[in-house]
Amino acid sequence: MKLSPQWIRDFVDLPVDDGQLAEDLTAVGIAVEGISGSGADMVFEMEIGTNRPDAMNHYGVAREAAAIYDLPLKTLSAHQPSTESASGVAFPISVEEPQLCPRFSARAIRGTKIQPSPEKTAHRLQLLDQRPISNAVDATNYVLWEMGKPTHVFDLDLLEGGRLIIRHAKNGEKLKTLDGVDRTLSSEDLVVADAKRPVGLAGVMGGFDTMITDKTRNVLIESAWWDPLTVRKTARRHGIHTDASHRFERGADFESTILSCDLVAELILASGGGKLVGNVVDVASERLDQAPIILRVAEVHRILGGNLKTVEIFSILKKLGFGLIPEGQAGIEFEVHIPSWRLDVEREIDLIEEIARLHGYDKFENSLPSYAGAVVELPDSRTDATLRQRALALGYNETVSLSFISHEDAERFSTASVLELENPLSAEASVMRTTMVPGMLDMLAWNLNRDIDHARLFEMGRVYEMQRGERTEPERLCLAATASAVAAGVSLGSMPDARRRNSDSQSATEEFRAFKGDAENLLGVFSYDQLSFDRETPEYFHRGRSARALMDGVPVAYFGQIAEAVRISRKLRQDVYLAEFDLAQLHARGLRKVVYTPLAKYPAVERDFSFIFPDQVEFGTMQETVQSLRISELCEFQPVEIFRGGSVEPGKYSMLLRARLQSDQGTLRDEQISAWSRRIVDTLQKLGGVQRA
Amino acid sequence: MAYAVPKLTDYSADVLDKSAADLRAALKQEVLSVQSPDQWKTFRDRWLARKNGIVTQVNDLWLKSAPKGAKKLAGQTVNDLKKDVEEAAEGLRKSWETGQTIQVAYLGAEVPAAALEAYARDKVGPVDISLPGIQRPIGAEHPVMKTSREMCAVFQRLGYSIAEGPVIETDYYNFEALNFPPNHPARDTQDTVFIAGQQSKPQRERLLLRTHTSPVQIRTMEKMRPPIRIVIPGTVHRNDPPDASHSPMFHQIEGLAVDTNITFGDLKGTLDHAMKEFFGSSVKTSFRPSFFPFTEPSAELYISCFICGGSGKRGKDPCRPCKQTGWIEILGCGMVDPNVFEFVKDHGYNPKKVSGFAFGMGADRVALLKYGVDDIQLFFSGDVRFLRQWA
Repeated sequence: MKLSPQWIRDFVDLPVDDGQLAEDLTAVGIAVEGISGSGADMVFEMEIGTNRPDAMNHYGVAREAAAIYDLPLKTLSAHQPSTESASGVAFPISVEEPQLCPRFSARAIRGTKIQPSPEKTAHRLQLLDQRPISNAVDATNYVLWEMGKPTHVFDLDLLEGGRLIIRHAKNGEKLKTLDGVDRTLSSEDLVVADAKRPVGLAGVMGGFDTMITDKTRNVLIESAWWDPLTVRKTARRHGIHTDASHRFERGADFESTILSCDLVAELILASGGGKLVGNVVDVASERLDQAPIILRVAEVHRILGGNLKTVEIFSILKKLGFGLIPEGQAGIEFEVHIPSWRLDVEREIDLIEEIARLHGYDKFENSLPSYAGAVVELPDSRTDATLRQRALALGYNETVSLSFISHEDAERFSTASVLELENPLSAEASVMRTTMVPGMLDMLAWNLNRDIDHARLFEMGRVYEMQRGERTEPERLCLAATASAVAAGVSLGSMPDARRRNSDSQSATEEFRAFKGDAENLLGVFSYDQLSFDRETPEYFHRGRSARALMDGVPVAYFGQIAEAVRISRKLRQDVYLAEFDLAQLHARGLRKVVYTPLAKYPAVERDFSFIFPDQVEFGTMQETVQSLRISELCEFQPVEIFRGGSVEPGKYSMLLRARLQSDQGTLRDEQISAWSRRIVDTLQKLGGVQRA
Repeated sequence: MAYAVPKLTDYSADVLDKSAADLRAALKQEVLSVQSPDQWKTFRDRWLARKNGIVTQVNDLWLKSAPKGAKKLAGQTVNDLKKDVEEAAEGLRKSWETGQTIQVAYLGAEVPAAALEAYARDKVGPVDISLPGIQRPIGAEHPVMKTSREMCAVFQRLGYSIAEGPVIETDYYNFEALNFPPNHPARDTQDTVFIAGQQSKPQRERLLLRTHTSPVQIRTMEKMRPPIRIVIPGTVHRNDPPDASHSPMFHQIEGLAVDTNITFGDLKGTLDHAMKEFFGSSVKTSFRPSFFPFTEPSAELYISCFICGGSGKRGKDPCRPCKQTGWIEILGCGMVDPNVFEFVKDHGYNPKKVSGFAFGMGADRVALLKYGVDDIQLFFSGDVRFLRQWA
């Protein structure tokens, strides 16, 4: 909203320059956000809060300035123009909805000439980016920007039946508004109508058919007070936002209807000539007086702190136009009377804000309150911090992705029922995410498309689901990495030559193991007895290279390579790995509690076993069978080397296994070790393994 | 004059002792003068070579030629000398390899490590220390999350506990209980994203995406009686099309303190302290009147620009983050509106007895300012080149 400091100066003789004025207004909450132009054409870009319609005009801002500098504010009055007939009704008005239109004032002018506005009026409107139209229309606009009251002018001769009626529209009734749009009204719309039809949408916009034209000679000026909620509903229903509706919605000055009529009349008569007809019409069915408010000095101090003196409080409110009558004990309480332009002031706290605002916020002394409570952590904050630290330590960068996904993605990447948006930003973002996977894939694609091959990302956050008719926001952790990044991680570890892509089974295995290791590292922070894996993963994972993790039989995560079909459809330039953790399940388990295990006193012995196995025998089976031997001294059983091809016939693979044996009772003897080794070999042979020489 | 092994004619104890002392003195002098591996090799050869080394000479001249009666004493002397020479040579070598000085017992002195580097150079050659280190990848905290956590930590140190609430909220918590009555114009400023299919419900139960973290104020007050101090980090949404300074999703950090004694001065003092903690002790704060339905009096907090120091200029150029004003708007705040307390009155929040303040800021905006990022979209791109800058 633009205002002209020069125009403000019409109403108060300011001792400061425009720059200082801007600063001082901003300090009391009438914010000047920017200054443009210079000299008399300088313009302030204003930011006025929704609660201050009274300050959305020059006189209102002048009133604030007068209060700031403690200067007199000039009275705003119209020069009473001479009337054709000093008495009698200018134009009959009947208000059928007095609740929604408690006041309607009007004036009629006959014999005026519609022409361009005088230079001064036009120039001032142009400064505010308002387009001058004609003297009569500009007069209403000028008055709106001068003192804030919206008015409307009709071509009096086009009003049929010689009267105006304020009534609800009939359902389906038509009105072409000033913007040229044909509108169909509803019975909830309030209209100004002549004897035959609506001629204006109350407080929002006038009608096209009764507007001022070059041919207009006789003018009816309308200045009413409309119910804010009714105006707002109508404006929203028809998708119109006007300077008038903006002010009526927020509450206009009930006492300014006649003054605004007179000011408009004065401008029209001065520019186009003509005569006033009759007296001003003023239908005030109900007065809109605000009840006085009791202000207690003690309450001012309780809220604001510090020690504002009673005289200061008194003086500030006076300057802003409030009427004060001391109540009860002198200097302790006041009865404050609210000026008609301050509909926002309804309560004691509103007055306290006025006092603080004008006193100057920065003048209140800073203090720190005492406190008798304790700081408590959220139940899962330690768990989440630990997980985050681990993910970061493993080289994954923390990311944040948007909460919206497409219907299509929601269906492809989750089975949960979605929450749909009423007014989405786009079709691709029309539901709340039920999964983090599509967002993560998009971020990987973003990186790959910019030749960033090594990307490791993670996100912790919420997904949004409907469960049994209730909305829920389960927390998830999603981990993702490009195959290059996973392979680079492998080369940092023990396995050399991991730059090979996973087209061969060995590097595929190594990459999967490296990524599985990261998943295990995260799962390892939680408390569980048994961690197991199976192949039950959603379809967007690669069939042979993905796994589900279960803690004590309860599924807690999926991880692995993304299915080739998904990779292609997301245009990912290389394979990617992804893991999803169900944090709700994991939170329920809590962090693993560390209990110290005494260090071994006796040396460990390692034995290697070289086998050829058929492909269908997996390591997990070997491990299980060997564990079922219940050799308590067996403390580790690991695959050391896996090899396919070469001299190994197709369908089989070579596996070097290593057992580590240790006792806490004493040093192991050779015959013991040989006996256990034999049992291990026997059981592995039963699985179909053939021991190599 | 280099030491030479004298022939002995007299094998008495006195002469043997004196000859041994002379030899040791020479040994000490020569050990201390060794400065390089080459010199060490020369030293070793001169003293310990099988053929004609000093130790061999001593053996020949002092022991082999000794008369029968003197053999025992001469043997002992020569053995002791041999041990000392070997110890000295070994000590020298070790001192180079370990870089430490070695106490050589009989010398009563430490062997210097003077030739360490020369020795190492000789053995494997120098490495190019200007080659870049091979770094294990370390993940980076997201700048907005980092900002949010750091800001929350500032308030945690002031006695605030973290609180959270749902992203999908009801109209009641997002608006009504925060003193945005139905159909109030203040709702227009919030550009709300609504959940579909809510029309059949009463207005206060209709679901929407919370437009601010403020609903958690109400939810927390419903659960906890005063006094409370909470700080609320969280995701919020608005129907703002994405551009360099807008995102339909962003993050807020909200705060609330309610007690029997909280004043506007406390609000100012707390936030002044927090801003100094977060941005540095030299920042100044200024409060300007504003309007929020759920606080009164309401304020916007400005801090002196931490980039230009409040001057509005960077050298000769205008300072962009503060638009040359020297001040940056950081957050909105105010005293809790009594109407808000009315909604939780039954939970111990009688506006006649308690007062409080609330504040809220955009974590993304603070991060943009703090790190000088010029496009908010980067925060949500997952671009590793961008994220790694915080590693």
